Amino acid sequence: MNALVAVLALPLLGALAAVALPPRAGVRAALLATALTVAATIWLLLAVARRGVQGVILGGWEPPLGIGLAADGLGAAFIAMSAAVMGGVALAARQMMAPDVVGARAAFGFWPLMLLLWAALNAVFVSRDLFNLYVGLELLSLAAVALVAIGGKEAALAAAMRYMIFALAGSLLYLAGVVLAYAAHGTLDIGLLAARDAAPSDGLALALMTAGLLAKTAIFPFHVWLPPAHAGAPAPASALLSGLVPKASFLIILRLWFEAMPDRAGFAALMLLAGLGAGAVIWGSLQAMAQARLKMIVAYSTVAQLGYLLLVFPIAGGDGAAQPWAAGAWTGAMFQVLSHALAKAAMFLSAGLYLAAVGSDRLGDLRGLARTMPMTAFAFALAAVTLMGLPPSGGFTAKYLMMTAAFAAGQWYWALVMALGGLLAAAYLYRPMAVLFARESLIAPRPVTRAAQAVPLVLAGASILLGVFSAPPFEFMQIGRPDAAEEGL
Amino acid sequence: MSLALDLALCALILGVALATVAGSGLFRAIVFFIVYGLLVAVGWVRLGAIDVALAEAAIGAGLTGVLLLAAHGRLRRLGTARDASHGAHLLSALAGAALAAALAWAWFVLPLPERPGPELAAAMPRAGVENPVTAVLLNFRAWDTLLESIVLLAALIGLWMLTRERDWSGRLGLPQHSRAGGVLASFGRVLPPVGLLIGVWLVWAGADRHGGAFQGGTVLAAVGLVAAMAGLVRPPRIGARLWHVALMIGPAVFVLAGLAGAILAGEFLTLPPPIAKPAILTIEIALTASIAATLAFLVLGPPEEGRAP
Amino acid sequence: MTGLTVFALTGAALVGLGFYGLLAARHLLRRVVAFNLIGSGLFLFFGAAGARGVGPDPVPQALIITGIVVALSATALAVGLVVVHARAAGHAVLPEEPEEPEEPKDEGAT
Repeated sequence: MNALVAVLALPLLGALAAVALPPRAGVRAALLATALTVAATIWLLLAVARRGVQGVILGGWEPPLGIGLAADGLGAAFIAMSAAVMGGVALAARQMMAPDVVGARAAFGFWPLMLLLWAALNAVFVSRDLFNLYVGLELLSLAAVALVAIGGKEAALAAAMRYMIFALAGSLLYLAGVVLAYAAHGTLDIGLLAARDAAPSDGLALALMTAGLLAKTAIFPFHVWLPPAHAGAPAPASALLSGLVPKASFLIILRLWFEAMPDRAGFAALMLLAGLGAGAVIWGSLQAMAQARLKMIVAYSTVAQLGYLLLVFPIAGGDGAAQPWAAGAWTGAMFQVLSHALAKAAMFLSAGLYLAAVGSDRLGDLRGLARTMPMTAFAFALAAVTLMGLPPSGGFTAKYLMMTAAFAAGQWYWALVMALGGLLAAAYLYRPMAVLFARESLIAPRPVTRAAQAVPLVLAGASILLGVFSAPPFEFMQIGRPDAAEEGL
Repeated sequence: MSLALDLALCALILGVALATVAGSGLFRAIVFFIVYGLLVAVGWVRLGAIDVALAEAAIGAGLTGVLLLAAHGRLRRLGTARDASHGAHLLSALAGAALAAALAWAWFVLPLPERPGPELAAAMPRAGVENPVTAVLLNFRAWDTLLESIVLLAALIGLWMLTRERDWSGRLGLPQHSRAGGVLASFGRVLPPVGLLIGVWLVWAGADRHGGAFQGGTVLAAVGLVAAMAGLVRPPRIGARLWHVALMIGPAVFVLAGLAGAILAGEFLTLPPPIAKPAILTIEIALTASIAATLAFLVLGPPEEGRAP
Repeated sequence: MTGLTVFALTGAALVGLGFYGLLAARHLLRRVVAFNLIGSGLFLFFGAAGARGVGPDPVPQALIITGIVVALSATALAVGLVVVHARAAGHAVLPEEPEEPEEPKDEGAT
């Protein structure tokens, strides 16, 4: 047995148990599976830290015949991120997704869908096989669409429908690239692909796969499905959808451009990717400023925050991979992934608590809630610090690393985009903060327990601690990284 | 001669596909799509891929067609089955043409790679089954197949989440009113035993010849659906626990067998050669049961009381 | 021109046709049909590619069967969404601009 197998099998078994058992026992089984998977994740982290990359050759069949899995520092860090967010969401969902709150239907469906989503995320984070990644992505997409539709209202259904169309188109484009890759190279394994001679069709394969994955990651201009979908779902589902789901397709883009086909990445294509990212940062932020509802602000902020991730490609990709600044830029982008996941989950769970307390998330109805729910307001503020990239948060570490690398690479304009993005984030987060911390309050909120308020606070606190203690995760994520540079922070 | 046959078949496939996309009328588009699926299945026979032909005919054309027809019926009852005019023509046409041209270009520049031929030939004696496609599906790439069976389950849970709160405790699908003594009723009495035999045979034969859990499960699902339509059995309610066990038993046996392999033979999903064949058959039987139940429930759809909204 | 080329080019054309349908069609059920056309065209291309050289390669065949089942799963959920969306909205097309979700007033209440 091996920790890697445990983080894949435990959420699957938990989901199956949650389907088969009667409602109350099903929830208990899901919570047990959550606790066990968190424990298995810690086990995996220790194994990777002590012994390096953890690999599994499934069924004992070596690629190209079989499928290989590997948890490198990056994959293990992403698995840890999903464990942290899932753990928090599961605790919050015990109340927020209880049958007397959301009805028997959503209370039944949430738990197996959450665990299937978790299994799919972990499967994608460690898979080394392009087609296996496709199946994992499909599982992820179907579970995610179902979690949007779980809200049940007309707008949620329309959002789920739009999400579904983007997801379907995206997965077929990705699959088209996978087909070309196998047809040209006779293997689907990322490591074997990297070792093969380039084929003329590789550029097209890479372009198709990337286009499909960008649609699934909701990168500008394919972002239109994201805000209504993420804002329309119940808060615990929104936390998963916004914090975790886009990171899976992003990780595959990363593996394609940095590991499977690094020599096929032309500079123009890398600049185009970063250009889309810059567009996302600016457009998402401007849209977030124009929203009147807290969940919509937080959802548009996801569009903007995902944009930063693409800025890594021209700085650390292609010929830049061998440069001394590549490790900083690459690891900075990963810090952005991790800290955004924690902060965004905290924000959506806070929004869910406000909804439970006052029955609305319109900014006007949230006036003065910091007085009655100080823990939640504090959690929201900490998460905002991370999204704005202020020290000492994980978001600051991310932007610091990426900006210094951008200057070192002579690509100062991307640093400018990051600085502008930070200012815009401050602008769109100022409005909800000003409202929450207003002196007077309009609506007397229903009481929310301290235990429920503690969950987003812990998640937001973790996103800050990621910046305070940034050296160990930095070192950890270099484990098994191709072209790993020696220089540290 | 055979090239002329292929050309004619492909021309027919393209013509029917064009009628599906560009023709008017939603119902006709769906019927064209089903015809299209059957023609593609013939194409797979021409390509020598019998297992794919079976899957395409049973799942791609058959079940997908039934799903689309059932949805069309529901939409018509809601008054929303009228075809809407096509939108932005030129840009979409350009995008489609560019994609087709890019793939066509790729075909002519694709190198002929080394494929896992030698590895495959060396591995087949240890695979436990003689049909190489089944060996890939249930042994070499078992993780894909395990995840795929979970995808099916996720789709069903997702579909159930679309139920209205007040229908949640109802029976799956629309209320059935089959007329006693009608064609369907007598058909429904004859077909299930025959279909049951075909389904079981497809699973059994899949090990060494053609077929498999998905093809067999599809036939069994069809048997159940015909029996339900004929009024022989009533669709269950979502709360029926025994059916939930049927839904998850296949993936559960698969995961547990994989874990047993990890403990006994060292790696997840390992099937040691001496017991590989019985292990694969056990997994296939459990999977077939789950696939049949899941597919049948997917076609039945979420519970609806059938009242107008 | 060999038989394989015929099938591969047919597959490519089907992908293009389906992609056009997915983008241009407004009725949602038509979009689901178009999605299935793209999928099967892609599989045809893949099958032709896998049949090149000595003897057919079983790996593409197995992957295609997996792909067909995955496409069916997605179709089932998509078709269900089309129906409930039509029931709630009164039509089976999506508006051009995504609308803001209505205020989830009763999320905290029963």
